Amino acid sequence: MMSATTAPVALATTQPAAAADTQPTVLATTPSAAPVVEVLSAEKVFPNGTRALEPIDLTVGQGEFITLLGPSGCGKSTLLKMVAHLIEPSEGRLRWWRGGHESVGQPGRKLVFVFQDATLMPWANVATNVRLPLDLARVPRVQSDPRVDQALGTVGLGQFGRHFPRQLSGGMQMRASIARALVDQPDLLLMDEPFGALDEITRNRLDADLLRLWWERKLTILFVTHSIYEAVFLSTRVIVMAARPGRILREVVIDEPHPRDDSFRVSQAFAGYARQLQQLLIEASDGRPGDDSNATHESASPMVNRTH
Amino acid sequence: MAAQTPLLYNPAFVRILSPLLVGVALLLTWEGLVRFYEVPKYLVPSPSLIALTLVEDWRLLFSALLITLKVTFLAFFLAAVIGTLVAFIFVQSRWIERAFFPYAVLLQVTPVVAIAPLIIIWVKDPLPALVICATIVAIFPIISNTTLGLRSVNPGLLNLFRMNKASRWQELIRLRVPTALPYFFGGLRISSGLALIGAVVAEFVAGTGGTAAGLAYQILQAGFQINIPRLFAALMLITVAGVALFLLMVLLSKWALGQWHESELKAET
Ligand SMILES: Nc1ncnc2c1ncn2[C@@H]1O[C@H](COP(=O)(O)OP(=O)(O)O)[C@@H](O)[C@H]1O
Ligand SMILES: [Mg+2]
Repeated sequence: MMSATTAPVALATTQPAAAADTQPTVLATTPSAAPVVEVLSAEKVFPNGTRALEPIDLTVGQGEFITLLGPSGCGKSTLLKMVAHLIEPSEGRLRWWRGGHESVGQPGRKLVFVFQDATLMPWANVATNVRLPLDLARVPRVQSDPRVDQALGTVGLGQFGRHFPRQLSGGMQMRASIARALVDQPDLLLMDEPFGALDEITRNRLDADLLRLWWERKLTILFVTHSIYEAVFLSTRVIVMAARPGRILREVVIDEPHPRDDSFRVSQAFAGYARQLQQLLIEASDGRPGDDSNATHESASPMVNRTH
Repeated sequence: MAAQTPLLYNPAFVRILSPLLVGVALLLTWEGLVRFYEVPKYLVPSPSLIALTLVEDWRLLFSALLITLKVTFLAFFLAAVIGTLVAFIFVQSRWIERAFFPYAVLLQVTPVVAIAPLIIIWVKDPLPALVICATIVAIFPIISNTTLGLRSVNPGLLNLFRMNKASRWQELIRLRVPTALPYFFGGLRISSGLALIGAVVAEFVAGTGGTAAGLAYQILQAGFQINIPRLFAALMLITVAGVALFLLMVLLSKWALGQWHESELKAET
C-alpha cells in the first residue's frame, strides 16, 4: 500500500498534534463501534483529467457524527457522492457495513442523501413530498401515512403537511427535506452542506435540531460543511480536507459530551476547537500539508514580498 | 361621472372594462366615419350593417362556422395527441430526438399553403384533407414544448428518484409528466390558435363547397359576389372563434394545473 503518500487519517497518526494551539484536543481515535462505511484508498480522477481526490482512507463508525470540512473544490462532495454510490472511485474501493454496495438498502443498512437544496417537488404538498421514498418503494398508504406524520412531527412541521413548498420559508423547506430523509428510517445520513443557503440563526436552530435527532435516534451522519462553527458544534470528529489535489489533511476529534446545546457555542472549549480548525484551514488553502506552526508565516510572506 | 364610481378602483373590473371601452369607441368612430363620408357598403360596411347581415345570414354563416370549428377541433385534438406521443418518443433517447427533430422543424417551416394542394389531391375526402393540413400547422408547438418540459426535470430530484431506485415508469409519471405539464399547456395555447388558422388557410386552398363549406369558403364566395358585409360578418366570426378558443385554453390550463402549479400562480400575481 502507498502509506508514504497518503494523507494522515483516521488511525494512529504520527504527526504532532496541532502545536499552534494550546487546547488539549487533537487525539486520533479508532472508532470503537462497528464500521458503517470504509473508504479504502479510494481516489477519484474525473474523465476530464481533474484529480478531485488523492487516495482517501476513512472509516465511519456506527453512531458517529463526522464532518468533512474544507475549502470549496477540495473534493468534499466527491467523497460524499462516492459514499452514496452516486459515483465510482477510479482507484481503491469502499465497503458498506463490511460488504459490497448490493446490501445497501436492506433493513438496518439504509443510506439517505440530503442535498444542499431542499429539492422538493413544487407541484406536490409537503406530506406528498415527504412520502415520496415510501411511494417509490410502493409502501401502501395505510402504512406510509402514519410514518409521514411522525417524520413531519419530528422536524416540527406537523401542521404543514398540506402546505405547498413555495408557502414555506427556506428553513422550513429544508426541514421538509430532512423529514423526507427520516421517513425512510435511515441508518446512515449523508448531508452535503444542507444548511449552507440559510441565514445563520436559522442554520443554528436546524443544527441543534439535527444534533438532537442524531442523539435520540442513534443515527450515523456524514456531514459536509465549510463552516467551522457548524463543524465544531455538530461533530464527534472533523475531517479537515485540502484542495489541489483533494486530500485529507488532518482529523480533529471534538471530545465534548452530548447532548450539546447553545451554551456549548459560547464555551471556552468551542472557541479553542474553532481556532484550531481555523488554523488548519489556513494551512489547507495554502496547499502545504504538514508543519502547521509555519502555516501563518508562509501564507503571509508572498503578500509581504509583493508589496515591496 | 364614471370617475366617481368605486368600481373603477377594482383592478379586475378595469382590466375588462378598458379594452371594452376602446372597442366601443372604435366601433362608434367606424360607424360615424362610414355614415359621414357615405362610404359605399361594397367598400367598407358600417358595423351596424355587419351586425344586421350576421343576423340575416345567420343560418348560412353558423353552419359554416360549425364546419370550420369541426376541422379546428379535430386538428387540435390530433395535434395534441400525436404531438405528445412524439415528444414522449423524443425523450426516450437523445439519438431519436437528434435524428427526427429536424423533420419536425421542416414541417413547421413549410408554409401550409404550399403543401395543402398536394394533400387535397392525395386525400379524396375534403374533410380529412383539411384536418390533416390544420394538424400539420398546429402540431409543432406541442412537440417542442412537451419535449422541452419532459427534459426540464430538476437534476436534484432526478438524483433523488434514482437513489430511491425508482423505475423508468415511476420517473416518467411522478417526475417528468408533472414537470412537463405547464410546458404542455403553453404548447396547447399556441397550438389552438394555429389549428384555427390552419383550418381557414386549408379551406381557402381547397375552395370546396358542399359538405365542407366553412367560413373561409363563405369569405371567398362573398368576395366573388362582392357581398362585402357578409365577408366582414364571416371574418368577425373567425376572430370571435379564435378569441373564444384562446380563452378556453386559458381556462383549461388553469383548471388542469389547478392551484398546485407554481408557474400558474406566478403568472397570476
Ligand atoms: N463531474 C465532474 N467532472 C470533472 N470535475 C469535477 C466533477 N465534479 C467535481 N469536479 C472537480 O473536482 C474537484 C472537487 O469538487 P467537489 O467535490 O465538488 O468539491 P467541494 O464539494 O469540496 O467544493 C473540483 O475541482 C471540481 O471542479
Ligand atoms: Mg460541494
